Amino acid sequence: MASFTLNGRAVSLDAEPDTPLLWVIRDEANLTGTKYGCGIGMCGACTVHIGGQAVRSCITPVSAVEGETITTIEGLDPNGAHPVQVAWRELQVPQCGYCQSGQIMQAAAVLKEKPDLTDAEIDQLMTGNLCRCMTYTRIRAAVRKAADAMKGV
Amino acid sequence: MSRLSRDPMISSPVLSRRGFLVTTAGAGLAFSFLTACGTDAGDAASAVVYEPTQWYSIDGTGKVTVNIIRAEMGQHVGTSLARILAEELETPWEKVAIHHVDTDPKWGLMVTGGSWSVWQTYPLYSQAGAAGRQALIEAGAAALGVDVASCSASNGAVVSGEKSISYGEIVAKGVTKTFTPEELGALTLKPVADRKLLGQPVQSLDIVEKTNGAAIYGIDAKVEGMVYACPILPPTRNGSQVDYVFDEPAKSIKGYQQTLVLKDPSGTISGWGMVIADTWWAARKAAEAVTLSYSPGPTTDVSEEALQDRARVLMADASVGSILDTGDTETAPAFRAARTTLDEVYTTATVLHFALEPLNALAEMKDGKMVIHTGNQWQSLVLPWLAAALEMPETDIVLKTYRLGGGFGRRLNGDYAIGAALAAKELGKPVKMVMTREDDSRFDSVRSPSVQRMRLAADRDGKVIAMEQHVAAGWPTEVMAPFFMPPGANGVPYDPFAINGANHWYSVGAHKVRAISNDLANQTFRPGWLRSVGPGFTNWALESFMDEAAHKLSRDPVDFRLSLLTGEGRNAGTAPNSVGGALRQAEVVRRCAEKAGWGSALPADTGLGLATSFGQERDMPTWIACAARVRVNRATGQPTVEKLTLVADAGTIVDPDGALAQMEGAALWGLSMALFEGTEFENGEVKARNLGAYTPLRLADTPELDISFVPSTEVPVGLGEPATTVVAPAIGNAIFNAVGARLRHIPITAAAVKAAI
Ligand code: FES
Ligand code: FES
Repeated sequence: MASFTLNGRAVSLDAEPDTPLLWVIRDEANLTGTKYGCGIGMCGACTVHIGGQAVRSCITPVSAVEGETITTIEGLDPNGAHPVQVAWRELQVPQCGYCQSGQIMQAAAVLKEKPDLTDAEIDQLMTGNLCRCMTYTRIRAAVRKAADAMKGV
Repeated sequence: MSRLSRDPMISSPVLSRRGFLVTTAGAGLAFSFLTACGTDAGDAASAVVYEPTQWYSIDGTGKVTVNIIRAEMGQHVGTSLARILAEELETPWEKVAIHHVDTDPKWGLMVTGGSWSVWQTYPLYSQAGAAGRQALIEAGAAALGVDVASCSASNGAVVSGEKSISYGEIVAKGVTKTFTPEELGALTLKPVADRKLLGQPVQSLDIVEKTNGAAIYGIDAKVEGMVYACPILPPTRNGSQVDYVFDEPAKSIKGYQQTLVLKDPSGTISGWGMVIADTWWAARKAAEAVTLSYSPGPTTDVSEEALQDRARVLMADASVGSILDTGDTETAPAFRAARTTLDEVYTTATVLHFALEPLNALAEMKDGKMVIHTGNQWQSLVLPWLAAALEMPETDIVLKTYRLGGGFGRRLNGDYAIGAALAAKELGKPVKMVMTREDDSRFDSVRSPSVQRMRLAADRDGKVIAMEQHVAAGWPTEVMAPFFMPPGANGVPYDPFAINGANHWYSVGAHKVRAISNDLANQTFRPGWLRSVGPGFTNWALESFMDEAAHKLSRDPVDFRLSLLTGEGRNAGTAPNSVGGALRQAEVVRRCAEKAGWGSALPADTGLGLATSFGQERDMPTWIACAARVRVNRATGQPTVEKLTLVADAGTIVDPDGALAQMEGAALWGLSMALFEGTEFENGEVKARNLGAYTPLRLADTPELDISFVPSTEVPVGLGEPATTVVAPAIGNAIFNAVGARLRHIPITAAAVKAAI
């Protein structure tokens, strides 16, 4: 039994302790917005927030999140209108969209930590998230746009 | 491809793509009908539906639902097609929704690839929209009690002077008009000047769901009572047989159920074990614990080198291969008479698709039908394979449509659905199979490595009098869809997707293009169609070689190209698809060179290189040019791409932002394959299987992009691929201009540059 807070709700799920959080979220909690890409922590498609930090859920065993507060893309904002999501829409960032939950969760965590990002920092902090459709120039611009929106520029 | 022949979905034996289009349109539209009318007074307005053609319906609220038979894989295809229809229908964009349909013979050929979707469907959806507009004007005039001639359609309503009635109200009153193919063909489309939607920015209809986690991909499909499955793949793609299963160690894994050994009568897959468990993680762990012993297929020792050696051996035999019809193919006299000749060999490495969503499929028997939930680009191709594998008629198999977490050509080949379907049939319960990333790579239909030999002859004035391009690679179409192979000028069938691009628009005198199928490649793996297909490697060789030729003949590479893009003879172009011919290609070269600052001074060890192409096919050219600005670190050889400037002429741009997005993605794919990705075969399998070893382009290495389109009202052509083909040669040419190092293999590594300096 694994117990934690998921998108604001207390959940207790039946899962083997070594099961990656990713599969528990997708298959037990039925939240499929978080994606499986590589399974080795190198693509970022599975990014969720644990205690506000961006974490790769594919390499995080469920036993390690006992009692933690976890947020997935579905819970990022009650109306799906987090400034990062808004910027993503305005710039029409997604192509296939498969990486984008992870990109958005990564960007949201990064911006919370460091609202005054330089362009070089955007590159550095987002480069761990692979986008196979190569929407990179729009990701760059959307992170900047979201940062400006959050600062009220 | 220039000819479609004997596709199982098409009755006529040989049809041009255009001919095929008309056939589909005829078949589809003959079925136009009124599906439902409000018989019950309690019906909501939305239950009243008018279906002018099978491609869409309008309900009593005026909502228009457009049926899409193409796969959504990031190109916002539904948005583009719906927009073409809405333009002619005169309906406001807020009233438009899209519906991706499941497989059904009435839709005709279901395939999404080759950047054909918009080009193929443009006439069909324009006519369908115009048909609805006409029917609604007629019915609206009757409802308003005015003369049809006094009515026009605008913004979802029929208007006559002061009076107007909305589409929804008209439909609610009941509209029954249908159209014969002849009537459809006779409809007048809107003049270009009156267009409101085409070419204007609109929000793509699939964006919101891709920012809040709501978009459902194949991997997200679930049904009641399903079990999870993880395959155990054999040591060779073809011909391996399972002798023995030892699953004792898996039995202690909680949730493990059993391991199946699949038998596929269609021969599409062989030697598959399928581990079944309560959860995917349990299946995956068990797959590692179960041992299958094999009699492996014949290709266990094949290496990348062996594949390329085989290509060279085949190429050395002049009697091998298909000669394309490129006009005068007799090059020998010109080479004998030449003052200057050039002869070089280019190679490309194996490339993975690496779509971010690993291959998966969920299969279930339901009411006597095999229902398969998976993202797929070419449903019409996999259905016959599934029928043979399951020993069921095609009509009892339904493919449900899902978003694709990347297609790039991998999901044209639906072989991954077969294992899930066989397991579901055997177990009698729904089976959800998800491959690990590593297995997705092992089971990929990779882009074949290639070997190409380029030859050129020039006379004493430096005028090009002959050219040859010989291309050897694995042939996807030969292995998976041989009915798509047209005969060459010498009668030998060829895979257009492994040679397109070599049949270029330069006027070079005698021109020989020879396509060679690498039989060892075809046995070792299942060659794949990969974004930009043939031109992804043929244009690497062609455009690198054009630069080499320019330098050899002491010509400026841009001027040299322009002097050959004269639009003469067979390069003049034909209506409607290639109006203007090579002159349009010359125009993009000129614009691109100018925009990129061709000829201006650059910092030390920095070079500008240019390359051009006509995209995927001579039949539907997308004219494109790219200039790459590259800085080379002389000490390490490391090239850094600072900027890519691209100019394209793709005819009418239906969706400007979507077009730009496709160009951005395609250009960066080109960059990724030029410098960052590529693997090799080792012991019959690909060596790099996950992101540790396989390293596609990342954000931090993404250069500045400057992309523009030539304004045009010509037929819209594809944009998902052409940009991919020009980037690698532009980079190679830039490296040469920066430090004098000529590279003839992609991916280009720092070590290779250093060695060539
Ligand atoms: S799936 Fe977790 S980082 Fe790739
Ligand atoms: S949008 Fe397709 S992987 Fe990023």
